[in-house]
Amino acid sequence: MTDYDVLLVGAGHNGMVCAHSLAKAGKKVLVLERMNHPGGCAHTREFAPGFSVSSCAQWLYQLSPSVMRDMQLEKHGLIFAARDLASVSLAEDGDHLVLKGTTLSGAGIGPEDQAAYIEFANKMQRFSKLMAKAFGVRAPKLVESNISDRMTLIKLGLGLKLLGKDDMSDLMRIVLINMYDVMEENFEHPRLKALLSLDGMLGSHMGPRSPNTVFGYLYRRIGEVFGFNGVAQLKGGLGALGESMAASCRSAGVEFRYGVAVAGINTHAGRATGVTLEGGEQINAGLVVSNADPVTTFERLVGYRNLETGVVRKVSNIRNKSGVAKLHLALSALPEFNGLAKDLVGNRLVIAPDMNYAERAFNAVKYHEYSEAPVLDISIPTVNDPGLAAADGQHVLSAIVQFAPYEPAGGWGDHRERFLDIILSQLERYAPGIRQLVLASELLTPQDLESEFGMTGGHWHHGELSMDQVMMMRPFAGANQYATPVDGLYLCGAGVHPGGGLMGLAGGNAAREIIGRGESA
Amino acid sequence: MNNHSDARMLLRTPFHSRIEPACELNCWGTWKGYTTPNAYTDVELEYFAIRSTTGVFDLSPMGKYRVIGPDAEAYLNRLVTRDVSKIREKRVGYTVWCDDDGQVLDDGTIFHLGPNDYRICAYARAIDWLLWSAMGFDVDIQEETADVAALAVQGPTSCSTLLAMGLDGLDQLKPFGIEYFAFEGTELMVSRTGFTGDLGYELWIDPSKAECLWDRLFEAGAPYLIKPFGTDALEMARVETGFLQAGVDFVPAEEAVRRGRSRSPFELGLDWLVDLEKPLFNGRRALLQEKAEGSRYRFAILDVEGNKPAHNSFILKNGKQVGTVTSAAWCPTAKTNVAFAQLQMPHGAVGEELVAEIYYQRELHWTKVLAPCKVLAAPVFDPPRRRQTPAVPF
Repeated sequence: MTDYDVLLVGAGHNGMVCAHSLAKAGKKVLVLERMNHPGGCAHTREFAPGFSVSSCAQWLYQLSPSVMRDMQLEKHGLIFAARDLASVSLAEDGDHLVLKGTTLSGAGIGPEDQAAYIEFANKMQRFSKLMAKAFGVRAPKLVESNISDRMTLIKLGLGLKLLGKDDMSDLMRIVLINMYDVMEENFEHPRLKALLSLDGMLGSHMGPRSPNTVFGYLYRRIGEVFGFNGVAQLKGGLGALGESMAASCRSAGVEFRYGVAVAGINTHAGRATGVTLEGGEQINAGLVVSNADPVTTFERLVGYRNLETGVVRKVSNIRNKSGVAKLHLALSALPEFNGLAKDLVGNRLVIAPDMNYAERAFNAVKYHEYSEAPVLDISIPTVNDPGLAAADGQHVLSAIVQFAPYEPAGGWGDHRERFLDIILSQLERYAPGIRQLVLASELLTPQDLESEFGMTGGHWHHGELSMDQVMMMRPFAGANQYATPVDGLYLCGAGVHPGGGLMGLAGGNAAREIIGRGESA
Repeated sequence: MNNHSDARMLLRTPFHSRIEPACELNCWGTWKGYTTPNAYTDVELEYFAIRSTTGVFDLSPMGKYRVIGPDAEAYLNRLVTRDVSKIREKRVGYTVWCDDDGQVLDDGTIFHLGPNDYRICAYARAIDWLLWSAMGFDVDIQEETADVAALAVQGPTSCSTLLAMGLDGLDQLKPFGIEYFAFEGTELMVSRTGFTGDLGYELWIDPSKAECLWDRLFEAGAPYLIKPFGTDALEMARVETGFLQAGVDFVPAEEAVRRGRSRSPFELGLDWLVDLEKPLFNGRRALLQEKAEGSRYRFAILDVEGNKPAHNSFILKNGKQVGTVTSAAWCPTAKTNVAFAQLQMPHGAVGEELVAEIYYQRELHWTKVLAPCKVLAAPVFDPPRRRQTPAVPF
C-alpha cells in the first residue's frame, strides 16, 4: 500500500524543482519539510524584532532560466528587488574598486587592467558556457555509457575541441590549478586579484592557493551564462524564491507538510518503501527522493547499517568541511563606508584587500581556528528592499564570513562573541561608527548552518565542489545518476550533479531521470 | 598489536622455536608476513601423515579478528553472504564475504564464541574492510592475529592424540563444534575444523603457552606417528578435498587491479553459502543481478587423465580455449589427478569432457600433453571419518 507516488524529503529549492517536474508528469507528490516553511537555504527569517534577512544564501546569481520559466516563478510572486549589482572591493582609504558587468573603475584601475579583464572575462565565459552544456543533463557514466551519456560526452568533447587549440589547452592547464596563480598571470591590481579569486573560494574550504578554486570560479561564472550580470536580490529576501517555488508546486498539485522531520527512510530488501517521521508516523510511497545532502541521506536517514560497505566507505569520504559563517546585523541607520558613494551601498561589498589576506584568512581554518582578519562578502539588502527593516531608515547587514571552523578547540562557546567582535572590528575599519548602529546581531557558525539548514558540515554545496566531486563523481565515484544504491531512493539536492548554489538544475535533472526511468524507477 | 616481533622483516610465529629444529630441510616460505615452512622433511611423507596418522600445521599467521558488541550478529550478517544467526554458540561456520559488486574478498570461518562475541578467521588481511563495515554498528573490531597461536592437528589419529594429551571427551565434539579445555593454567580452545578434509581439529591458545602446547602435543602424539607438515603438503591435501584458496583460486576483490579479474561466489561454486533471502548483505544486489543474468564463469573440479598435474593449463573444448587451471595436484590417496578450473559459461557442467593442455619439461625439453579430463560432481576425497561423531578411534 503506497500513499503517494513520490515522497520528497526536504523543501529546498532543488527539492521543489524536482517535485514540480514530477507532479507535472502526473505523479502524486508529497513534500516533507522539517521547518515550517519552504525554501531550505532560500529563506527569509526575522532575526531580530522587525528585522528580516535571507538567512542562508544572500544573493541570487545563477538560478537557471529554465527553472524560472518552467515554474513560472514570476507569476507565483517572485519579484527582483535589484539585478546585475556591482561588486565593490572596499578600501580602508575609500578608494574602492568597482566591478560592474565587465567594467572596472576606481582604485587607480588603468586601461591595461581593464583590457586584461575583458579578455579574461570573455575567455572564462567561453569555458563556463562549455561547462553549462553538461549541467542541464545527468552526468554521464564513464564505463557503462549508453547513447545519451555518450552524447553528453561527445558534446563536451566537441565543445572542448571547438574552443580552439589555445583555449582548449589553456582550460586544461588552469582548471586544476588555483586562482592565485591564474590571477598572478593575468592581473597587476592586488584588489582586483583578490576580488576575483574570492569567487573561486566562496562557500568552500579553500584559499586562493588551493587547487580547484579555478573550477569554483568557473562554476560561479555559470551565472553569466544564465543571464545574471552580477548578483541579484529578491524582494522580501531569498525566501521569496522558496515561497514562489512552493506556490508553483502547489498549483501543479504537489502537497506539502511542514514541521515534520523525517527520522528515517525505510528500506526493505534493498528498496525504499517510504519514510518514518519523528514521532513514529509512517508514510509509504513508491519512490523517495531526498533533497537532503548525501551524508544526511545515507548516514542518518537510511542508516549505514542498511547500506553495503563500499557505499558507506564512499559516503564517509565525501569532503564536506565548510569554512563559512554568516553574519546578520540589525542597524539603526545606514552605515557609512569610507568614501563610498551612497548609490553604491546597495551593491555587493567585499572586504578582501589582497590574495595573501584571503589566504591567511584561510590558513586559520585549516587548524580549526577562525580568521583573525576574515574575508567578507557583504549585502545591505534594505537599500534595495527597505521592507526587511523594522522602520524607515533602519537597515539590515548580511555577510558571508570566511573563514570559520566547524568547531574551534573547546567548542564555540565564548569564541562566538570573540569572532563576532573580530568581524565588527574589521567592519569598523571600513565603516567607522558601524558598531554604534548595531541594534541586534546574529552570527551563524558552520555548526549553526548545519543544524538550521540540515547541511552536513554546514557546507552550502552539500559537499565540496571540486574536480574529485563533480559530474559522475558526485556525490561519489560510481554513483548512479541520481539513483542510489537503495532502489527507489533518489537524490535531488546540491550533493548531486551539477551541485549547489541557487541554480535548480540538480532537482530538474533528478526529476528527468526519474521520469525517464518510468516503471523501473 | 604484534607482541612477538623482533628485528627481522618477516615475523616468527609463537611456535618458531619448535618448528625451526623440526624443519630438517630448512625450506621456508612466507605467509602474510610470517616465516612458515614449505616442508619439514619430505612433502609426500608429510602428506601421508595427514591422511594416515596425524599431521600438525602452524596456522598462527591466519588473520584473526574479534567482533564483539550488541550488533555483532547484525554486523556479520551484513558482512558475509550466509545467515550468521544460524551459527549457534560454540559453533563455527564457513563463509565468504563480498564487496558491493558481489565479488569475493575472501573466504574464512566465523567462530561463535559467546553471546555477541565472534571471531573471524581469514586468509587475507581484512582489518580495513572489517572496520569500514563497522560504521553504523555498535561493535568493537580487534585484530588478534598475533594474540592467538594456532595449530591444526589433522588426520585419522588426531583425536586419539588429543585424547592422549588429556582433552577428555573431545571425541564427542561434532564437526564445526568448539570446546574449551584447561591447559597449563590457561584455556585451550579446540574446534573441529581444518583445511584437509579429514578428521581434524584446530587448537587456539595464548601465544605464551604455544611452545608448551607443541611439546605436549608431540609427546602425546608420538605413539600415533604425529608429524609436522608444511604448506606444500597442505596444498596437496586441500586440492584433494576441494578447498579453494584465496589468492590462488581467486583474486581477493580488493586486491584485483584489473576489471573483471575477481569472481563472485557463484563463479567459485559457493552458491550454497549465499543466502539471498537475507534482506541485506554486501554484494546482495549484484548477486541477485548475476543470478538473473547469469554468471561469467563456473568453477569445476576436473579429473585429468594421466599423472602430470595440470598446473597453469589452458582448458580446451573442441580445440578452443574455454578456461584455465588455478590449482592442480596429483592426489595420492584418491589416486586422482585433480585440477581446479575456471571455465567460461556454459562450460563446466558435471560430466562435461574437456581437454587440459599441460606443458611440462624434462631436461630443458618442453613437451605438451593434451590430457582428456572430465568435470567431477564432488571432491575426490571425503572420508566418513571426517564427519563421524563420536570420532572413530584409529
